[in-house]
Amino acid sequence: MISAPDVVAFTREEELEDDLYREPPLPEEYSVPLFPFAGQGANPWAKVAGSKFTRDFILISEFSEQVGPQPLLTIPDDAKVSGTFDLNYFSLRIMSVDYQASFVGHPPGSAYPKLNFVEDSKVVLGDSKEGAFAYVHHLTLYDLEARGFVRPFCMAYISADEHKIMQQFQELSTEFSKASECLKTGNRKAFASELEKKLKDLDYTRTVLHNETEQQKKANDKGYYTTQAIEKANELASVEKSIIEHQDLLRQIRSYPYRKLKDSEFHPYEPECALDRADVGCDQDPTASDPTEPGETHLYTHVPSYTPKLIKAKSAKCFDKKLKTLEELCDVYFFTQTLDQLHHIERTFRGDVCYLLTEQISRALLKQQSVTNFLFEDVSFLDEKPPEKQYRGCQGLGQDAIDEKCLEESLAPKVVISLGSYKSSVECVPIKMEQEMEDSEGPKMSESVMSEHQENLDYLDADIKGSISSGESIEVLGTEKSGSGLTKSESQASLPVIPSPQAGRSKVGSRRTVSEDSIEVLSTCPSESLIPEDFKASYPSAINEEPYADDDEGGLRFTPRLNPGVNDGQDSVLKQESLVQVDAACCIGKESPSFLEPLPELGQKPCEEDGVVRIPPQPYRPAEQGLRGGFPSHDGLSGGLLPYELDSRYLSGSREVSKSSLDECSDSTSYISSAASTCSDRTPSPAHLACAAGERHRKRAGQNALRFIRQYPFAHPAIYSLLSGRTLVVLGEDEAMVKKLVTALSIFVPNCGVYAKPVKHWVTSPLHLVDFQKWKLIGLQRAVSPGGVNVLHALSRYSRYLSILDADSKTLRCPLYKGTVVARLADHRTQIKRGSTYYMHVQSILTQLCSKAFLFTFCHHLHLPISEREPEESVVNRRINFLKLQLGLANEDIKIVQYLAELLKLHYIQEPGQAGNPLLRFDYVPSFLYKI
Amino acid sequence: KSSVQTIGEEQIQNPYTELLVLKGHQDIVRFLVQIDDWRFASAGDDGIIFLWNAQTGEKLYELRGHTHKITAIAPFSSSDVTEEKNDLIITASADRTVIVWDCTSGRQVQKVSCFHSTVKCLTVLQRLNVWLSGGSDLCVWNRKLDLLCKTSHLTDAGISALVELPKNCVAAAVGKELIIFRLSASDNGSEGWNVLEVKRLVDHQDNISSLVSVNDLTFVTGSHIGELIVWDALDWTMQASECNFWDSSVHPDVQPEIKLSQSPSETSVQHLTSDEECVFAAVGKGIYVYNLQMKRVIACQRTAHDSSVLHIEKLPNRQLISCSEDGSVRIWELREKQQLPAEPVPTGFFNMWGFGRANKQANQAAKKMQENTPMYFLELVGDLIGHSSAVQMFLYFGELGLATCSADHLILLWKDGERESSLRSLTLFKKLAQNGDLQLKL
Repeated sequence: MISAPDVVAFTREEELEDDLYREPPLPEEYSVPLFPFAGQGANPWAKVAGSKFTRDFILISEFSEQVGPQPLLTIPDDAKVSGTFDLNYFSLRIMSVDYQASFVGHPPGSAYPKLNFVEDSKVVLGDSKEGAFAYVHHLTLYDLEARGFVRPFCMAYISADEHKIMQQFQELSTEFSKASECLKTGNRKAFASELEKKLKDLDYTRTVLHNETEQQKKANDKGYYTTQAIEKANELASVEKSIIEHQDLLRQIRSYPYRKLKDSEFHPYEPECALDRADVGCDQDPTASDPTEPGETHLYTHVPSYTPKLIKAKSAKCFDKKLKTLEELCDVYFFTQTLDQLHHIERTFRGDVCYLLTEQISRALLKQQSVTNFLFEDVSFLDEKPPEKQYRGCQGLGQDAIDEKCLEESLAPKVVISLGSYKSSVECVPIKMEQEMEDSEGPKMSESVMSEHQENLDYLDADIKGSISSGESIEVLGTEKSGSGLTKSESQASLPVIPSPQAGRSKVGSRRTVSEDSIEVLSTCPSESLIPEDFKASYPSAINEEPYADDDEGGLRFTPRLNPGVNDGQDSVLKQESLVQVDAACCIGKESPSFLEPLPELGQKPCEEDGVVRIPPQPYRPAEQGLRGGFPSHDGLSGGLLPYELDSRYLSGSREVSKSSLDECSDSTSYISSAASTCSDRTPSPAHLACAAGERHRKRAGQNALRFIRQYPFAHPAIYSLLSGRTLVVLGEDEAMVKKLVTALSIFVPNCGVYAKPVKHWVTSPLHLVDFQKWKLIGLQRAVSPGGVNVLHALSRYSRYLSILDADSKTLRCPLYKGTVVARLADHRTQIKRGSTYYMHVQSILTQLCSKAFLFTFCHHLHLPISEREPEESVVNRRINFLKLQLGLANEDIKIVQYLAELLKLHYIQEPGQAGNPLLRFDYVPSFLYKI
Repeated sequence: KSSVQTIGEEQIQNPYTELLVLKGHQDIVRFLVQIDDWRFASAGDDGIIFLWNAQTGEKLYELRGHTHKITAIAPFSSSDVTEEKNDLIITASADRTVIVWDCTSGRQVQKVSCFHSTVKCLTVLQRLNVWLSGGSDLCVWNRKLDLLCKTSHLTDAGISALVELPKNCVAAAVGKELIIFRLSASDNGSEGWNVLEVKRLVDHQDNISSLVSVNDLTFVTGSHIGELIVWDALDWTMQASECNFWDSSVHPDVQPEIKLSQSPSETSVQHLTSDEECVFAAVGKGIYVYNLQMKRVIACQRTAHDSSVLHIEKLPNRQLISCSEDGSVRIWELREKQQLPAEPVPTGFFNMWGFGRANKQANQAAKKMQENTPMYFLELVGDLIGHSSAVQMFLYFGELGLATCSADHLILLWKDGERESSLRSLTLFKKLAQNGDLQLKL
């Protein structure tokens, strides 16, 4: 029963466990030798130990017009995190790859300065020297005092693991886009109000100047103008021009939201999503109430008492003035929201990439179990909002038949695009490809690959060649469009990229001759005009390296259709794909033995190749590979599309999940967040806090549960009580002890609905029937006071509905259990040592139970007569037989499944709107007293 | 306390394995009344009337209008078939008003507030399409809430119970007296009625606490000191009476028990119910079954509950349900005693209690007598524990279950878990078919 977490971190996670449960240290001979570079607690598998920071962090930098690139803040805001990492240097690096075509100024033929609503650019960048890889999100904020009214900023997610950046690109992009949109919304608001103030100033100045001019006119009636008068007149004229300009700017900035709204894909920053991100209620700021027109609604309400100032003709020197801080640039409320979002991102992407992937995949699977998933899964993720629009394409695809998808032109672009960023990350250009060819490995490359190369090189586009980047960088170009009509990241989906026959080139198109150490990947398409044809076409076929099943799938679906135009059909595509694989691998592990492999073999047993050999120790890699192996790329190599049909539903799901997972992926190997304080109480709290807590809660619960089943010989009947819906009361004097037991047992409690788990950690008042309806696991105070007597009296009165675990005297009063399921669930001799592992073990068995309950619930003839004449008894017999024989349940296990089935039924038939009257089901069965 | 029969946690015959808690009331819930086969109304000291769906437990309406506690409630469904179905309920409150509600719309139809005293009981005479209110006087109303006639002031204490008798008569319990009134159509119009006092029966020694009609020929009254009188419904004569029947020494066939001191509350006839053969009386903490033919108590459970039994009802299946101040509801079954021809047990049994051999002869005689007539006993087949305070009343809904109301402000709906489960399955598959998920899922 070794599962992933057991393998990961012999050296690492210990510090996170409660001290109480710290495992004894491994004997010296078994422990993994510490990685040379690793300090205390470092992950020995991390191949990026050279990095100077200890964990992923987010950096916000600005290209200041005064001092150049400078780091503004990091998240988490902890000096330890960035360590010796040179933030200044890295800021320079990330700011230097800004591909935004930001242009503000007087466009030719325009009288007034024109604000360009620049799309954010998303770039992946690597710096091997620093051991840092970064997803860089550039955005431009408006500042009236800045040069050209713009202030370039960027937010970077910096990690030592490039895979993480590559594989989570889409997720990062989505999340950062949210943060960016939030910042920009606030900025537009602030900018507009700044403009208004400025206009008032100007207006005031004009009045003053006008008066002065008039006075001067009156003062000298000599018929000619003094220099002073002329100066004044000029000044007045320039002020008036300035007013017009500013008015135009104001109009532009205000029209922005409306313009954007016309675009169906535009997602304005929704404070509603801020709501679940942070506890800062919308009501704090009226802004939140109407996000779509922030400019109009609040400007006047916020600055009614502004007293205009006289504007000096000559403004201060550029370097004298103090530039606005980021906070000033975007309204404090939005700034806070953004920080919250960034903290959320940081938490979400914390930890090893494989962990994230596994999490995302399991979430995808869980999401699909819409009928049963509420039972034992975390409530938080089920609450999540449906995936956002940009995933629509994928979802649609998942449901359609594959053939349809291939035929349906209209659908195609969407998919292509939404996958685009991943694709591109796949197209990792082999670093110094030319060199490698000459290397010892080069010649051994199969002929086909070589020829492919040669062939493809012909297609190399001049543009691409031109974009050869400087050394030491991996760059993934995210969406960039300066097209003002299109949205940013979301707009990708709307791009009408029609797969062209040129698709074949793509692979090579992206292959650049780059100097050492640099990988450059161009990702999603910029606006059409900016992107060479090759690139647009390239996305669909660049697939294989994708760890994301659905990406692979998406890509594969298209290849057959895309390629016949060029080359000779699928065959060549396949070759290309494998080629890409090789390329990517070489990005990752420089010397990849798979280069030596002839292509066919590569197709047959790729997992092993990829997972073990090419990619140096990566904890979760095997799992990921396993997934990959089952799916697209390799099957694709063998030429069959059929498997995807089988998996299509699953695959489509994983995309949704990659989104949903953002909510709740804090890694077991990561630090306990300083922000997420220990909240063991899982009462409804802001989503992300609950998530961070959820992860730890799980681990702690698992650990406690392990202890429980080892300590208490009567753990089985206790767990049976919980699984069969009989409320278990944990009675004790010591609150901490009771709560610990409740936490331990809570992992066995099925949810009754999509609401919070029916667990109450601590109650001091006498219980009532209503409580048993609501709670299935209750921690109860035993007190000596008169009140305590009432408590006990209530317990004895309702004893038939309860199992009572007395934590003080270590007794349990509950019905007998003779089944087998719980024995597997809670074996006191289990070899599992770690809380999270045990938690997963429990989850897996509970999932089995769920599937049994599902079968039982949804088998028509088990509940309804086959023919009208069939007597009820035979249905009952059939039901019992099914439970016993088909599902292999014995004795009380039947009750568990029946209870779960009942919950499923209730859940299914419950109308979405109404909560439904909670019911209490019970049995009249005798209880027994268990003692240690 | 130990004398109360208990049943273990294993209750095979108890069908109620699921319950719903109906919340809404803010004070003691005293009345439950069935409206039709799926709805019922509840009322109590908070003056609010709730209408509930007995199947789902859904709250249908919340009827507010009374300012004081409800003192009486009666359903009044239209007797006329041609008329569209129009279910009304009439409620009387301590605020001296009577309100008629429409159960379908949940609206107040009409309110009468011309009473001089609180109306304590309401009776609907479906046959005559009128209803009666009993307070310090007796009023007769028609469906439209026109006062048809009324008696003169009877007593300050008021009428505590009313029961319909044949031949347009009603019996009203007023203190210790039982007054028979007759309604007669007045000469001057079809809608005019007169109400006349026909007879006063003064046989009870104490206040009459319960009054129930058994059939067209008989009705029964019970008083606070435990008198039970069976009356002829036609000529209002006493057919039989039973006093002191709680006293075990009088009835040797009843399990003798050591008597504790008798306090009035322990002998008060709280509630009476009947089927064709028997009258079931809740007396103090006990339940007694009085056979009308044999004119004697055939079975009893002296301490059926820990405290006073407030309500009992006979179910069609020989079962009896009782609820009590102790917060529990118990299900009993009236069973015939297995009589083996030469069973020595009774003798030995009585020996224990000192009847001994001296009385052997008499005993034998008694035994012979018993052999001719079947022996019965009440067996506890289940108890329902849920309320935390006195269970005031319950309503048996047959298949839909049992509704109980209590001083803890709650109404519990007890259901047959098996039946509910299969109903849910049915709903589930209906919904599956509706959603078109059936093919997908199976």
